[in-house]
Amino acid sequence: MGITISNISKSYGEINALSDISFDVKPGELFGLIGPDGAGKTTLFRILTTLLIADNGQATVAGYDVLNDYKSIRNSVGYMPGRFSLYQDLTVEENLNFFATIFGTTIEENYDLVKDIYVQIEPFKNRRAGKLSGGMKQKLALSCALIHKPKVLFLDEPTTGVDPVSRKEFWEMLKRLQKKGITILVSTPYMDEAALCDRIALIQNGNILEIDTPNAIVSHFPKPLYNISAHNMYNLIESLTNYEHTYSIFPFGEFVHYTDKRDPIDKASLKTYLEFQGLTDIKIEKTQPTIEDTFMELAK
Amino acid sequence: MKRFVGFVRKEFYHIFRDKRSLFILFGMPIAQILLFGFAITNEINNVDIGILDQANDVTSKEIINKISASKHFSIVDIIHQESSIESIFKKGKVKAVLQFENNFGNNLIKEKQANVQVLTDATDPNMASTISNYISSILKKYQQELNENISIDYQIMPQSRMVYNAELKSVYMFVPGIMTVILMLVSAMMTSISITREKEQGTMEILLVSPLKPFQVIIGKVFPYIFLSVINAVVIVLLSIFVFNVPVNGSLFLLGIESVLFIITSLALGILISTISATQQTAMMISLMGLMLPTILLSGFIFPISSMPLPLQVISNIIPAKWFIIIVKGIMLKGIGIGFVLKETFILLLMTLVFIGVSVKKYKIRLE
Repeated sequence: MGITISNISKSYGEINALSDISFDVKPGELFGLIGPDGAGKTTLFRILTTLLIADNGQATVAGYDVLNDYKSIRNSVGYMPGRFSLYQDLTVEENLNFFATIFGTTIEENYDLVKDIYVQIEPFKNRRAGKLSGGMKQKLALSCALIHKPKVLFLDEPTTGVDPVSRKEFWEMLKRLQKKGITILVSTPYMDEAALCDRIALIQNGNILEIDTPNAIVSHFPKPLYNISAHNMYNLIESLTNYEHTYSIFPFGEFVHYTDKRDPIDKASLKTYLEFQGLTDIKIEKTQPTIEDTFMELAK
Repeated sequence: MKRFVGFVRKEFYHIFRDKRSLFILFGMPIAQILLFGFAITNEINNVDIGILDQANDVTSKEIINKISASKHFSIVDIIHQESSIESIFKKGKVKAVLQFENNFGNNLIKEKQANVQVLTDATDPNMASTISNYISSILKKYQQELNENISIDYQIMPQSRMVYNAELKSVYMFVPGIMTVILMLVSAMMTSISITREKEQGTMEILLVSPLKPFQVIIGKVFPYIFLSVINAVVIVLLSIFVFNVPVNGSLFLLGIESVLFIITSLALGILISTISATQQTAMMISLMGLMLPTILLSGFIFPISSMPLPLQVISNIIPAKWFIIIVKGIMLKGIGIGFVLKETFILLLMTLVFIGVSVKKYKIRLE
C-alpha cells in the first residue's frame, strides 16, 4: 500500500524530464528523492499526485492506479507542493479550517495528528498566512496537508528556503509522522537531509542514479576519500586539478574532498607536490564519504 | 454540502479582504452610473452661439430673443462682419452662428421669404446636427405663430409625439446600458480573475489533489458573485429610480429574474475565460478587451445597431449584452411583460448553456 513506480517516462517537448523511472516505496517508509534543481523531482511528484499524466509506464499510490483511480488517490493523499500554495490572505486558522472542510473533516477530529506541528504556529493563528516566516509557512502547509489523515504524504522540497533550525525541527516532525504509519515521499536538494531518510533515490536529469539506504549508498563509494586543506583554497584546487594522480576533487566546506587514482595513495609525494606548488599548512586526512560525495561520483 | 459552504466562505474572505476587488465590485458601478447619468448626455444645454444680425430689425430681434430665451442656447457673441465668423469658430468660442440677411424683416413681409443662415461647427457631427435641428424648430415655431391668422391650403402638419421617453432624456438610454455593462464586467471579470488567481498562486494544484469535484470548485467560485451582482443590480435600479427618475413601467420581479439570468450568462462567460487564460493579467485583458468594448460598442448601448454596417450587425447578435439591453429597455421603459421578450430570454439561456458546456469540457482536472 505504499507507492510503486514502474517505467515512468515524461517529456516536455524535446526535454526528457523523466526517463524510465522505476522504484517502490514501502508502506510506512520515509523515502527521500535527492537531486539538484531540474532533476525531475517535481514532475515525478505531479505524476504521483495525479496532476500530470506520464507518457509511459504505470504507478500506484496507496494501491490506486494514478490514471484510472485518480479520484481515490486525491481522497487519500496529502500533497505539499514545492511552492508555498496556501491562501496568503487567509489566516493560519482559516487555512487549516478550509482544508479540513474540503476533505470532509474537522480540525478537532484529527487534531492529534497535527498537534505537534500546529502548537508551534498556534500563537499566530490569527495572522495572515502571507505574513508568516518561511519556516512557519512550511509548518502550516504541512499541517494543511496532514489534516485529513492521508495514507501517503508527498512533500516536494519542504525545507527549501527554510532556516537550519526549522529544517531540523521539520525533519523531526516527519520522523514522528512516520511512526503513525504514514508513508512519506519527500524530495530535497539538501544532501545532509538524505541521511535522515529510510531509503533514498538519487536522481539527476530524469534518471535514477542509485536507490538504497543512506548508509549503503555511502558505503558504495568506490575509493578512499581524503580531506585536504591548505592556507590558500583557490591554489589548492588549482594544484590538485593539475596533479597527474588526481581521480576526483570536490570542494567541501573548508576542505577539498580528494580521491587518488593510485591505491594505496602516496601521501608523502602528494604533500611534496603541493608544497612545491607554494602551498603551506597542508593537512591530508582520511575521511568518511557523505551522500554528497557519492552523488557527485555517480553523477560524473 | 459542508465542503461547498466552506469553499464559499473562503471566497467571501478573498473578496472582502482584497480592497481592489471590493472597489471594482461596488465603487465602480456607482461611479459609472453617476458619471453616465450626469455627465455624458446627448441633450444640448446652454450651447454657446454667436449672432450676426445684418438686418437688425424687429423680426430678427424677436427671433434672437426666442433663441436666447430657450435653455438650449446662450448667446455669447454678437458679431458685425461676416469675416469674423471663421475666427470665432477657430477660437472655439461658439458652436454655431446665426446669420440674418440684410432687410430680413422686410423681405419676409414683402417677398414672403427671408433667409437666415445657420452655421455649425461640425467637428462634433452629432452635436452639429442636433444644434441645427433645434434652431430650425425654433424658427419653424416662430413661422407658425406668424401664419396663425393666415390660412394656407394643403398644409401637412406633423404631430410628433415621443413615446416611452417623452422628454428625450438620455439617462433613459444609459441606465439599461450601464446596468448591462456593469453586470457583465463585474460578473465575468471577477470570476475569471478569481479562478485564474488560484492557478497563478499554485493553490489550484492543491484543490485538484483534493476530493473537491470540478463543478464544486466552479459553483463555489461563482456563487458569491451571483449574490454580489444581484446587490449591484438592485443598487443600479434604485439609483436610476430615485436619482434619475427613470420609471420601471414593467414588473420589477421580471426585471429581477432577467437580471439573474444575465448575471449567470456573464459568470459562465467568466468561467470560460478562466479556462483559456493562465494568469490573472490575461484574464483581465480578455475580459476588458474582449467583453467590455463589444458590450459598450456593439450592443446598441451607445450606437444604434440598425445604423451599423451589416457585418457588425451580424456580430452584434452574438453579444449577450445586446439581448439583455433589449429586455431591460422593454421592461423598464415600455413596461412589457415576459411574452414580448421570450425570444431574447431564450437566446440568453442558450448562450449560457453553451458557455457552461464549453467550460466544463475545457476545465482541466489536471495541470497542463
